[in-house]
Amino acid sequence: MSDNGGAVRIGVYVCHCGTNIAGVVDCRAVAEYGATLPNVVISRDYKYMCSDPGQELIQQDVAAHKLNRVIVASCSPLLHEQTFRSAVAKAGLNPFYFHMVNLREHVSWVHESRTEATRKAQDLLRAAVRRVVFHRPLERHSVGIHPGVLVVGGGIAGIHAALTLANAGKKVYLVEREATIGGYMAKFDKTFPTLDCAACILTPKMSQVKSHPNITLWTYSEVAHVDGFVGNFTVKVLRKPRYVLEDLCSGCLQCVEACVYKQPKFSDEFNYGLGKRKPIYMPFPQATPPVVLIDPETCIQFKSGRCKQTCLQACDRQAISFEQKQFTEEIKVGAIILTTGAQPFDVSKTPYYGYGVYPNVYTSLEVERLVNASGPTGGELILRNGRKPQSVGIIHCVGSRDENTNRWCSRVCCMYSLKLAHLIKERSGAEVFNFYIDMRTPGKYFEEFYQRLLNEGVHFIRGRVAEVTDWVLDPSEEGKMVIRVEDTLIGTVRRIPVDMVVLSVGLEPHADAQEVRRLFNISCSTEGFFLERHPKLAPVETFTDGVFLAGCCQGPKDIPDTVAQAGAAAAEAMKLIDVGKVEMEPNTAYVVEEKCSGCRTCIPLCPYGAITFVHDRNVASINEALCKGCGTCVAACPSGSIKQNLFEDEEIFSEVEGLLQTV
Amino acid sequence: MPADRSHNGDGAKKYVYYPGCSLKSTGLAYEESFLAVFQLLDLPFEELPDWNCCGATSYMDIEEDSAFVLAARNLSLAKSSGATDILAPCSACYLVLRKAEDYHRRYPVIREKVDAALKRARLEPLADNCPHVRHPLEVLYNDVGPERLRAKVSRRWEGGPIACYYGCQVVRPYGEVDNPVNPVRMEELLEAAGIPTIEYGLKTKCCGGSLTGTIHEVGLRLNYVLLKDAHRRGAQAVVTICPLCQFNLDVYQNEIRKDTWPSLDMPILYLTQVLGWVLGADFQALGLHRSVSGRKLIREWFSRKEEESYV
Repeated sequence: MSDNGGAVRIGVYVCHCGTNIAGVVDCRAVAEYGATLPNVVISRDYKYMCSDPGQELIQQDVAAHKLNRVIVASCSPLLHEQTFRSAVAKAGLNPFYFHMVNLREHVSWVHESRTEATRKAQDLLRAAVRRVVFHRPLERHSVGIHPGVLVVGGGIAGIHAALTLANAGKKVYLVEREATIGGYMAKFDKTFPTLDCAACILTPKMSQVKSHPNITLWTYSEVAHVDGFVGNFTVKVLRKPRYVLEDLCSGCLQCVEACVYKQPKFSDEFNYGLGKRKPIYMPFPQATPPVVLIDPETCIQFKSGRCKQTCLQACDRQAISFEQKQFTEEIKVGAIILTTGAQPFDVSKTPYYGYGVYPNVYTSLEVERLVNASGPTGGELILRNGRKPQSVGIIHCVGSRDENTNRWCSRVCCMYSLKLAHLIKERSGAEVFNFYIDMRTPGKYFEEFYQRLLNEGVHFIRGRVAEVTDWVLDPSEEGKMVIRVEDTLIGTVRRIPVDMVVLSVGLEPHADAQEVRRLFNISCSTEGFFLERHPKLAPVETFTDGVFLAGCCQGPKDIPDTVAQAGAAAAEAMKLIDVGKVEMEPNTAYVVEEKCSGCRTCIPLCPYGAITFVHDRNVASINEALCKGCGTCVAACPSGSIKQNLFEDEEIFSEVEGLLQTV
Repeated sequence: MPADRSHNGDGAKKYVYYPGCSLKSTGLAYEESFLAVFQLLDLPFEELPDWNCCGATSYMDIEEDSAFVLAARNLSLAKSSGATDILAPCSACYLVLRKAEDYHRRYPVIREKVDAALKRARLEPLADNCPHVRHPLEVLYNDVGPERLRAKVSRRWEGGPIACYYGCQVVRPYGEVDNPVNPVRMEELLEAAGIPTIEYGLKTKCCGGSLTGTIHEVGLRLNYVLLKDAHRRGAQAVVTICPLCQFNLDVYQNEIRKDTWPSLDMPILYLTQVLGWVLGADFQALGLHRSVSGRKLIREWFSRKEEESYV
């Protein structure tokens, strides 16, 4: 029945976790109670069980007291189950003779009454003592890891992660939903706080991605299905038709020139409608891959089927194909890095700031394009009314730090607002007013940049703007927009007339973040950003092994932080791949063949196709490598002949009995 | 809102009208025109018998429990009369009664106090079927609608463009009467009735409320801003749905004229007055003779030109 001789001998260790547990739970009382329970040989409390002395304590006790079961009542298994299993294994016991009780997340962090919390801790301990008696020694098996990595999202995070992996010799698939990689960074003119040219530092990396022998770049593509598990993911990628054959197009743009629309007529997505494009177009000059695409919504050939097809004739490489259909690629990878980014706040949720009502109210991203040398105005700050502004108001925290919209700080807006203020002043000489709640400039050279802007004579008014309006109180306001704000430093309501309003929009999860999250089977926080495994110590891992995160999909962040995180995610993926194999949790199901009646109920129920029927013995058989331990077959088996390691009936029932037993 | 709360089993709505103090005094023209319009649109109702003061927003601030009971007495009377829907045309009445309804439903503590007080007064407790408090604008929009209204129009609008002014209380916080940030239902109804409206950004800004009586200069300034912007955008009259808004904008124009804006003389009308006119009601029946400002324009716009103005 057990190691170290016949009888069950349990050691119980109650962890204080500093004050995390001991602040609410009387750990000494729990340990003393543990000593009174059947089969418990030794019961202790200790300040930090996860520390080296804590682990050594277990190992010494196993030897001294001939323990053959160990229970640690501390934090969540997610955090330290592995730690204690290793400690137990070092002491010479099978690691699955260990069991963990969660006194932190399940008790001290969620309860206030010390008496009640202590009682609950004792109840949970009693249940564990009853359960651990039935634990059996189990063996882990390991499976090989596929060496490829899938990177989802071609912004700066995805680009950096893909290049890091590819340069280390790994095979990378980079999948991007849009027609070009580059993400938001490709839209910026300058980056804060150094004011270096965004395109100059980004586009070389984009071309490297395109030409790297280890990177397969699929733009205009989306991940449609993900199967498998760490080291062995099977991914289906949907490749949308751009109606231009990517391998043939050289990006010469003769087709665009030849389009029956002589002038660009349609709203240009890359410039947020500030510029125009034709139905056949290149998203922007440095688009990667440098391949044009056709928008079937506006192309006459797609709308009526009666176009002269001048583009087709103009292409001497026959790259244009109106018949192109979407298709699916299937790949196998060992790890996945999600760099899907975030979206700017939807300003229609703050109608009081006049976006869409007054033409010269812009979002910050639109202004990025306006001040961009390759933007629709060639970098000149020309408003929708054709004039240059003499006064500009930049409203911070639109869709950030706001009970009514998004509560979080989007982290980048203060700094990009400063950058835009500088660029606007430089390009137009306008008076610039920043309306801020708090200036948040905690980054390398950020505060210095803020000081520089103060010296440049940009105005800073502290207060959340009430509204942008056009009702006038005196003639100086005529023809302008008026920003109404409580200036909280001088304690009065002010009216600032301006020609241009910039809404510094925050970042929020993509509208379809939930679908993406489900696709990759990862968690998200309440606001919808993808959840890292641990906020401090596992910032790029997820709760799904083999799936990593980087960039704004995990939370708003600037370019330096994004790149750092992307590098970290690449390193984690590399670590996984270089180890070459992954140990599987032995929580798999197995068939007790003597009892199996061969009814085959379980076979169609298995989501992983792990169960087959053995005809010569007339029994079901479970492939351990495919079984994920979901327990569906165990519950469904009419004869009770499927069991699951770590979740045997006697283990669960005795745990429940222990929990319900009143002493 | 759940259908079972606004209907009495058989599915038919039965309205009861709660006037409040304003519609019997300064807002008499509102009552007259409201009655006329609802009659012309075949929406029959009776006045709530033995109604009492709603308590207005000030009582709510001073003694909340008593304020809820005071308001709930009206709800209880309405319930006993078999009504499903209470019409409260005054913004303050609407808001206070609607809040009493809402809090009674949501908070057991208030519910118990209110129902116990009603029982002590030998009135019917509100229990699980409190009648629903509604504003006439929302009823006109949802129960009649722009299309049915258009069909009932019998007179062509001869007046100028209108600024629709909602005031602060009707749309917030419940947002049932209209969108709280940018309400548009008045405009939709007027346009359907052939009456031109203007874009009026200040439509939910404060009219000063009771400030015109307490801190007069502040109230007056708010009135000035509202009128000035309506004028600047080409409106020749302002239409309201609140007796206090109407009163503030209407009766202090002489003071604004004196100080800053000599030519100001703008009609401040109720939605039901202009709708009533195009639906065919008479000048007197709509209380149009009661306006203080803009009388010249009012006489011009609302004169009978029977032959040519029938649509």
